[in-house]
Formats: sequence, C-alpha cells, structure tokens
Amino acid sequence: MNKARRNWGTTIAAHGVLIAYTIIALFPVFVILINSFKSRKAIFREPLALPDADSFSLIGYQTVLKQGDFFLYFQNSMIVTVVSLTLILLFGAMAAFALAEYRFKGNTLMGLYLALGIMIPIRIGTVAILEMMVSTGLVNTLTALILVYTAQGLPLAIFILSEFMKGVSDDLKNAGRIDGLSEYKIFFRLVLPLVRPAMATVAVFNMIPIWNDLWFPLILAPAEEVKTLTLGSQVFIGQFVTDWNAVLSALSMAILPVLILYVIFSRQLIRGITSGAVK
Amino acid sequence: MAISSNHKFRWHIAVFLAPAVLVYTAVMIYPLFNTLRLSLFSEVDQQRVWVGLQNFRTLFGDALWSDQFWNALGNNTWFFIIHMLVQNPIGVALAAILSSPRLRFSAFYRSAIFIPTILSFVIVGFAWKLILSPIWGIAPGMLDAIGLKFLFQPWLGKAEYALTTLSLVSVWQYVGIPMMLIYAALLSIPDEILEAGECDGITGMAAFWKIKLPLILPSIGIISILTFVANFNAFDLIYAAQGALAGPDFSTDILGTFMYRTFFGFQLQLGDPHMGSAIASAMFGIILIGVCLYLFGIQRRLRNYQF
Repeated sequence: MNKARRNWGTTIAAHGVLIAYTIIALFPVFVILINSFKSRKAIFREPLALPDADSFSLIGYQTVLKQGDFFLYFQNSMIVTVVSLTLILLFGAMAAFALAEYRFKGNTLMGLYLALGIMIPIRIGTVAILEMMVSTGLVNTLTALILVYTAQGLPLAIFILSEFMKGVSDDLKNAGRIDGLSEYKIFFRLVLPLVRPAMATVAVFNMIPIWNDLWFPLILAPAEEVKTLTLGSQVFIGQFVTDWNAVLSALSMAILPVLILYVIFSRQLIRGITSGAVK
Repeated sequence: MAISSNHKFRWHIAVFLAPAVLVYTAVMIYPLFNTLRLSLFSEVDQQRVWVGLQNFRTLFGDALWSDQFWNALGNNTWFFIIHMLVQNPIGVALAAILSSPRLRFSAFYRSAIFIPTILSFVIVGFAWKLILSPIWGIAPGMLDAIGLKFLFQPWLGKAEYALTTLSLVSVWQYVGIPMMLIYAALLSIPDEILEAGECDGITGMAAFWKIKLPLILPSIGIISILTFVANFNAFDLIYAAQGALAGPDFSTDILGTFMYRTFFGFQLQLGDPHMGSAIASAMFGIILIGVCLYLFGIQRRLRNYQF
C-alpha cells in the first residue's frame, strides 16, 4: 500500500518534470508558428493567443513569397542535401566494405586516416577550401557545397558502416564467390541490401547538419541563385528585421520542412542514436 | 613462387577505396594542412611571401590582435563551461527519468524534447531574439505574470548578459543530444545488475548514483569531447543572433566569429586570409589539445564495461 503510493508519487513527479521540459523545448517554436498567422496588431497585443477569425492574417507569408525566392532556396537545399547524402552513402559504403572485408597492407592505417575527420572539424580548413574553389571556378556553385558536405560526412559514415559490415556473414559472401559473382556484385547485390538499416542511420545523422549549415553557404555560395534555405532565410530576416509579419513567416517556412522531415524520420533517427551507432 | 600469384594486386580494393579517399583527401585533409601552411605567409604588394611565424607573433603580441584573440578565447571557454554545467546535467537528468521502466508516453517526450536540436541556428537565434526582445514583450510579460518583472533585462543587448544568454539558448537547442546518448547508455545496463543492487537494498536515487552513473561515465566522456569540439568551432548561432561583429561591444565574440571577421573582412577592415589561417591554426591546436587530453587522459581511465 505504502509502496504503491510512493510509486505513484515518483511517477507523477517524473511526468511533471518531463512535461515542464517539453513545454520549454516547444514553447519558442509554438510562439513563432502561431504568430506568423496573425496580423501585426495582434502579434503585439496578445502574443500568446492563438490566431482567431479577427486576428488571422497571411500578410507575412505574402511578403515572403513576393520578396524572397523561397522555392528556389528550398530547391537548392534539397539538391545539396540529397546529392551529398547519396555520395556519402555510396562512397562511404564502398570504402567501408574495402576496410571491413579485405585484409591488405595498410588496412589499419587507412582506417585511422579516414577516421581523423570524425574529431577534426572541416571548418578549420575553410581558408584553403575557398582558395581551391576559387581557383577551380566552383565558387557559387552547388557542386562546391556538395563536395564539402560529402568530405565532411564520409569519416563517420565509413566508421559506422564498416562496423556493420563486419557483421555480415562470411558464408553468404563465399557462397556468392563460389557462384562466380565478382567482388563488385557481392558488394552491390549481397552486402548493400543487408546494411540498409545502418545506411538509413547514417543518412539521418548527416541530413540535419547539412540542411542547417550556415557557414559554407555563406562563404562558398552566397550568390542569389545558389542560396540554400538556411542562408536565404538568414539574409531575408536580416533585411526585413522590422517587418515582424515577414520575419515570423520566414521563420515558420524555414521550420516546417525540417519539422516534416523529422516527423517522417524521427523513429529512424532515435533508433539510430539509441542503438549506439555513434559510440 | 606461389606467393606472387596469390598476392597479385587486387584492383577491386583500390576501386572501392578510391572515391572516398580522393574526395576526403582533396576537400578535407589537403585544405586543412594547406590552411596551416598559409598561416606562415603574408601578402606584400599582392605577392604571397613567406613570413614564418610572424602572423602568430602579431596574433599573440600585437595588442590590437591579441586583445581580440584572448577575448574570443575567454568567451569561448565560458560558452563551453556553461554547456558542461547546464546542458550535460540536464541531459543526464532527463535521460534518467525517461529510462525509468513502465513510464508512459516516453517516446513522445523523447521526440518532443529533441525537436529544437533539428532546427538550424538561424531559426533558433532569431526565435529567441524575438522572444527576449523588449519590444515584443513576451519575456517581460511572462515574468510579470509570476510577479518577477523587475528581473527582466534586455539580455541580448547588454554586454554583461549577452554571452551567457546565448550559451543558454545553445544549451536549450542541444540538450537533446546528451539526453539521447545517455538514454541509450542507460538502456544498455543489464537488468541483472540492477536487480542484484535491489537485493542489497539499493533502489531509486541510490541506484542511480551508485550503479548507473559509474556505468555511464564513458558516455559522459564522449559527450564532453563532442561538446568541446562543437563549442570551439561554433559560429552560426552568434552570427545569426548578433551578426559578425558579435555585439554588444564584442562581448559575444568567439573564435569562429573572430576567424570569420578576420578572414572575410567586415565594414572597413579588409579580409586577410593569412591572419585568418593563423586563427584557424590556433583553433586547430586548441581542438587537438582537447581531443588528445580526452583520448590519453580521460578515456584510458574510464573502463568500458562490456555486457
């Protein structure tokens, strides 16, 4: 009896703490989203009220769509993220397979070399990266961003994927070899399908930092036609800083795609983190 | 000899490795060392000339530069300390509560608390700037509702509060990561150990301090070094919230913004890639020292328990 009551107490306390923190975590996002649908007067009069028939207004969104080329920014972000992820997964899985499958001279050394980049941020080399992109004419192209993000994502991808590939059964691969499959076919037809869950984890880990990065778009691709959504909203908000409707709508439009991606992939992401993929 | 036929060059290994190694070397490793090399040059009459360690002498010796550098490094250290003191304990506490057995809605809480982490710094920086703004009045209004209005200050506009406020905003955003990693570590503790503790009368809080905490120390170590590396090359949040000048009066200037200003230039100062490289090299050194301290000092002492 006594014990049951104490359990109740702890359960309620636990929920209390978690609800309180959930509110802290969601409150700013909530405030931005609801106010983006209100008229300027209502934003200032009652910032915490939900939009109603009286205060509802889409003026901010109209300004944003008229002034900023958000669809282009969105498209640029999409291209950069999807192509970088594809290259990270393809190149990363190939290298991980080579390291996990074959014993060759320098295997360990190669593994260490490729792992260096897990701890050292690529931003340190920005000065030389910009110089290289200028001299190869890649400045203000999406290719520059894709190359940088691919290089940045590879070390962790190779590390995680090679751990998984070590777990693929040797019998399967040897059966393939006896059937006369080439090493390439063994990789693409037998091994890749088996490590799909690990690939999804790597993809989700890399997706968010690439989508959200401000540093490299700012330095390597600031031109209007190659702006990513993150840089585009940053510049837009900087220009419209006094137009609260526009700023709140721009913020909401930047939040929504990430939120939708998160809802789709959150199970994968959380399973990836909690399965210890980053340990 | 049989060896030569057995050990003929296996082309497929090279083909598998080549793309990754090429991109990684060309875009990451080579520029990294090239940046370190560039820090030893300077530009005189539009010619690149070798100056040895002169840039570093300027950076540490010339008061105009060294004041800024030490200011940025000091601010960066404070930024890191706040993360260690606030973000990681909150993350551990939330994870400990979430991992308690038979807790309902735990998946919901986990996903919701993780949401700020997926947002970009630009969104987070501006959102908090608006909420803390005295013009809009959400923060003073809420403090007023609980009778604490006198506590309100324009936190982001005052030199003595701005850095701490931004650090706390960053903590708010990233609490999800330590929470998730610790949560994973706590789940991997086998039930037998906890049951054995229960038989000896160790339950509840005591079980956390005496059994679980020692077992998750390696994860806390990893989180600390991840936080260190992320903090010492942070840039986006400060830039989004306070601009490249890291105002007010450089009070929120950290190494990332300092390097950006130096390298790219701002207002009247021209960009200087060589001084920028020197600052990048200093950042590289700091991160390297931190990582080495972790690898050789801390990680070796922490026993990894394999279950």
